[in-house]
Amino acid sequence: MPELSGSRPESGLELYAWLFMRLSGIALLFLALIHVLIMHVLHDVTVIDFQFVARRYATPFWRTYDILMLWLAVLHGLNGLRTIIMDYVHSSGWRTVWVAVILLVGLVFLAMGSVGIVTFQPGRFALR
Amino acid sequence: MNVTLKIRRFNPERDREPWWGTYTVEAESTDRLLDALNHVKWYQDGTLTFRRSCAHGVCGSDAMLINGSNALACKVLLKDLGQHVTVEPLRGFRVIKDLLVDLEPFFAKYRQVKPYLITASAPPANERLQSPAERERYDDTTKCILCGACTTACPSFWANPAYIGPAAIVNAHRFIFDSRDEGAEERLSILNTADGVWRCRTIFNCVEACPRGINVTRAIGEVKQALLYRKL
Repeated sequence: MPELSGSRPESGLELYAWLFMRLSGIALLFLALIHVLIMHVLHDVTVIDFQFVARRYATPFWRTYDILMLWLAVLHGLNGLRTIIMDYVHSSGWRTVWVAVILLVGLVFLAMGSVGIVTFQPGRFALR
Repeated sequence: MNVTLKIRRFNPERDREPWWGTYTVEAESTDRLLDALNHVKWYQDGTLTFRRSCAHGVCGSDAMLINGSNALACKVLLKDLGQHVTVEPLRGFRVIKDLLVDLEPFFAKYRQVKPYLITASAPPANERLQSPAERERYDDTTKCILCGACTTACPSFWANPAYIGPAAIVNAHRFIFDSRDEGAEERLSILNTADGVWRCRTIFNCVEACPRGINVTRAIGEVKQALLYRKL
């Protein structure tokens, strides 16, 4: 019986990644649609200014909402890219390189977004 | 009716590139494509090479790419194909000659999922009984004839030939959900890899390709669910 080339050991990662894609997909459907509705339909872009953001971020609700959307969207999108790499990149060396690039991009985006959402102080510039 | 067959030809001992051979065959509209191929081979060009065995849709030998979709040449009628028919070998496997591809990697993956009864308990005095409901549970996946139409229609498989493929998963499903079998754990472990069920992107090409009407994507989904519930 010929051995299969490229067959890999059992891994829980693929199962949890698959489950995460389904759950985050359902969550993002609502998070992103409500986000688009508020930011682009109910309010015209011309009225979205610093004061608008400051009012929203005065309470923890929208910060929680935005940080949840940030993490789910970045991880969902980058895991999709990882899946494409698993499909089309067959050499394990290049796979490692590309997955590392994805991880790096993800960390940078998550850090930048999280810092912005968490450390934003509405009162600091509000009355200038 | 006159049917024009455009057949993808390739003899690696002679041709550097595959080429298209065009043949006109007089046939009844109720003839099968296999009849037309036989006519070409027997009366026009004896070098045309393809597999066929039972010629009645049971042995699974003559799956090929017909007008862009995988099907069995012995099951498709000419009246459903029109007067111009394009015939190519199955995608994703090495072409040995003309419409004949090397299916050894396909069967290696089939063998990998241990497609036979595995039991650890002592055999009963007479036979291993099963209720009609228990038999029904995996009925769909017993229909597989290993023709390879599903696996070679799968874009995930085209992109990554290491993917175990729908046909092997269907045959694992047939035993995983069989109440008499005790090897589900082993098979689920084999399928729970980066080249296992998780490469399935639910594209449904396999369902369209299956000449036996098996709901292949549903079977793969049931295996994914079984893996999930095993972990939770």
